[in-house]
Amino acid sequence: MARKESKVGEGQRLKTSLQWLIAVAALSSSWQALADWSALNMTKGVTAISREVYDLHMLIFTICVVIGVLVFGVMIWSMLVHRKSLGHKPATFSHSTKLEYAWTIIPIFILIGMAVPATSTLRDMYDASGADIDIEVRGYQWKWQYTYLSDDPTQEVKFISSLLTPPDEYYNRTPKREHYLADVDNPLVIPINKRVRFLVTSNDVIHSWWVPDFAVKKDAIPGFVHEAWAVVEEPGIYRGKCTELCGKDHGFMPIVVKAVEQAEYESWLAMKQQEALQVYETVGKTWTMAELMETGEQVYTQACQSCHQANGQGIPPAFPSLVGQGLAIGPIDAHIDIVVNGKAGSAMQAFAAQLNPAEIAAVVTYERNAWGNNVGDLVQPRAVNALISSEE
Amino acid sequence: MSAVIENHHDDHHHGPDKGLMRWVLTTNHKDIGTLYLWFSFAMFLTGGCMALVIRAELFQPGLQLVVPEFFNQMTTMHGLIMVFGAVMPAFVGLANWLVPMMIGAPDMALPRMNNYSFWILPFAFSMLLSTLFMEGGAPNFGWTFYAPLSTEYAPPSVTFFIFAVHLMGISSIMGSINVVVTILNLRAPGMRLMDMPLFVWTWLITAYLLIAVMPVLAGVVTMMLMDIHFGTAFFSAGGGGDPVLFQHVFWFFGHPEVYIMILPAFGIVSAIIPTFARKKLFGYDSMVYATASIAFLSFIVWAHHMFTVGMPIAGELYFMYATMLIAVPTGVKVFNWAATMWQGSMTFETPMLFAVAFVILFTIGGLSGLMLSIVPADFQYHDTYFVVAHFHYVLVPGSIFSIMAAAYYWLPKWTGNMYDETLGKTHFWLSFVGVNVTFFPQHFIGLAGMPRRYPDYALQFADWNMVSSVGAFIFGFSQLLFLFIVIKCIMGGKKATDEVWDGAEGLEWTIASPAPYHTFSTPPELPERAMA
Repeated sequence: MARKESKVGEGQRLKTSLQWLIAVAALSSSWQALADWSALNMTKGVTAISREVYDLHMLIFTICVVIGVLVFGVMIWSMLVHRKSLGHKPATFSHSTKLEYAWTIIPIFILIGMAVPATSTLRDMYDASGADIDIEVRGYQWKWQYTYLSDDPTQEVKFISSLLTPPDEYYNRTPKREHYLADVDNPLVIPINKRVRFLVTSNDVIHSWWVPDFAVKKDAIPGFVHEAWAVVEEPGIYRGKCTELCGKDHGFMPIVVKAVEQAEYESWLAMKQQEALQVYETVGKTWTMAELMETGEQVYTQACQSCHQANGQGIPPAFPSLVGQGLAIGPIDAHIDIVVNGKAGSAMQAFAAQLNPAEIAAVVTYERNAWGNNVGDLVQPRAVNALISSEE
Repeated sequence: MSAVIENHHDDHHHGPDKGLMRWVLTTNHKDIGTLYLWFSFAMFLTGGCMALVIRAELFQPGLQLVVPEFFNQMTTMHGLIMVFGAVMPAFVGLANWLVPMMIGAPDMALPRMNNYSFWILPFAFSMLLSTLFMEGGAPNFGWTFYAPLSTEYAPPSVTFFIFAVHLMGISSIMGSINVVVTILNLRAPGMRLMDMPLFVWTWLITAYLLIAVMPVLAGVVTMMLMDIHFGTAFFSAGGGGDPVLFQHVFWFFGHPEVYIMILPAFGIVSAIIPTFARKKLFGYDSMVYATASIAFLSFIVWAHHMFTVGMPIAGELYFMYATMLIAVPTGVKVFNWAATMWQGSMTFETPMLFAVAFVILFTIGGLSGLMLSIVPADFQYHDTYFVVAHFHYVLVPGSIFSIMAAAYYWLPKWTGNMYDETLGKTHFWLSFVGVNVTFFPQHFIGLAGMPRRYPDYALQFADWNMVSSVGAFIFGFSQLLFLFIVIKCIMGGKKATDEVWDGAEGLEWTIASPAPYHTFSTPPELPERAMA
């Protein structure tokens, strides 16, 4: 009698647990309806490769779910039925050679089923045939530099791409706008339907250049140049991130790639080349203190602020203060030298590779005359240019 | 059997010393096991607090609590403390308590060294934690400390980190040598290797892994030390070195290391499931061979952590295939546990709940690991929260759940008292819910594109991050309940019988509860099971 009662009780319990399961499933499916699918799964992306990767992901995911459901199903069934409280007597078996062979060999075939499409996708990704456009992607703490390589050095276009979101937004002083932490000042622009090759490297620590929509993730490693490529099929703006811990602002160096029609790309490139020429001209002219200070503040915000801070106080000891001490109020030649050449063994980069002579002159002038540093002297772009040329 | 124990009840000269010096000078495997376990729990709470700082910061987009520099110190220290301070010492503590009792040995083979290997740890971790108060802050380059971020660009405290790692390595190597020597030399007469409980087997294999890879870790941090202070350029591209070399050497240590943190868990679960299923472990031999295969494979798959460093395709394919192979022996183990439960007569006391949850949740982590081994897909997963979800599934409801299962399972033997079953089950369900609410959404966050080690994130990741943070606080605070349950059990409670569990088998259940200070001073006669 007691036994029977407990069975009824168990049956009831089974029913309740089934109801629970259904409730949980319903809840999770309503969550799915609420949540945007793109917030839950990998992107399909906009290249043939990224779609291949997505299909591969869904294939292995499905296989894993099926295996999980089968194994957990057996375990849960067993837990519901083979209970002492139901009076279930333990069996005595502890070996089954046939079964053990089966569950050693069958998984090997499943694995082969996964390895074959994985190998073919990987071979497609590693296809190293020529490219229409070569772009060098160089990681810096904490921004990216893009160089459109060309056989003619005067045609080369080179610029820095860094975070657009102002500190006020991430320190919660102003509302967060759309594309929070996902927007940059100068996006990388590429034409659609062209094979674009990315030559990825780094100037300081290891970064990793990831654009999910292209299924491209390559580590940017100092001393190495790695290649990746993409043929983007649809115009649009694609956002990516740095995915290798690279220091304090690892989370603040997004990637934005703008894919455009060929004609638009060509006019953009021509505009950039024109800009580069204009820079050469500005180097020759004589700048006023006010001009240098104005440009200097902009350059400081873009290139220096993340370490030395907006108020120049830095974050000692890693990032020294520039206010009322050190090179910023010392001999001007040493000040220019550290900005141009950086400081070995520290996070201070050689900015000759990132800034043009006018920008370097402006920022040095700014640092010597801001935050109460009233040194009063200024440096002209042509002097910086002469220094850089003499070193080369 | 019982004659042996009674002899010791009369032998007052061999009881524990009084006061603090008992713990400082002890060479008793049970005392040292206790020290290891308490130390590990303290580190678990310390590392857990750091995790809560991380999750609190990530509760909402924006920087609310900490600045990115400190956030990076938290992720780094959380990883180092949990790996080297919580999980590894807990397993060593369990080995100290259990290996001699399971093989019928009077103590560990090298008791004085046992004392040293424990007492190194508090110094190592004091040194590591002290870096938080140094100028420039604690290590901030991730627990994987990739060069050159950890060399040319590291804070000055990196030198303390290097010496702390050296000390931990020395401690681990001494501890492992002790385990190997004990198992190979002090088994009760007649106990063959293939008669040993699986916990002993898995620890034997783990100890060999430790002896093999800890020197590699020591080597890589020494190379860092040379780069930082003595002008070498092993990892500096500017000096002709190779930053990728660092990753190869680190992961040659690192991959076996992750199995060091899971193999003893396999042994624990293989002891608990048969007890509460009242049925012999299915496929003992294949369990041993599977463990050995996993250990072997762990040495030849390291570069699957580095699929994006730009290896040639042949390298990528080799490491992908080799990694996928690990699924086979791991699958064998999971199927064996399921088959042990099948047709059993199960009850679900707290250890069994943790053990069953281990099997299911570890398998989820294993399956996402299989997904990560697929190179083209890994390019999308790598260094995102998908990876964070994966390794937390194998480490938290994997290793940590197994440690908790072990604590509940053997606590009556250690203390002589039963723990409070209702509280134990409450602790389980809170932990189970907490762990899944924390880590399951991280799969979504990762697939949707959020990289790991980010102090702040774009707005589309906000919802699931919030869910994850809520789960983390549930899980974190539930562990205080665990502390309470353990203390309550030590203080008193229902007296435990010698067998404790009605389906339990093994030599440790043949001695009195609580286990006398000295056991098996003369070797036990083996019960039938072990002779079979």
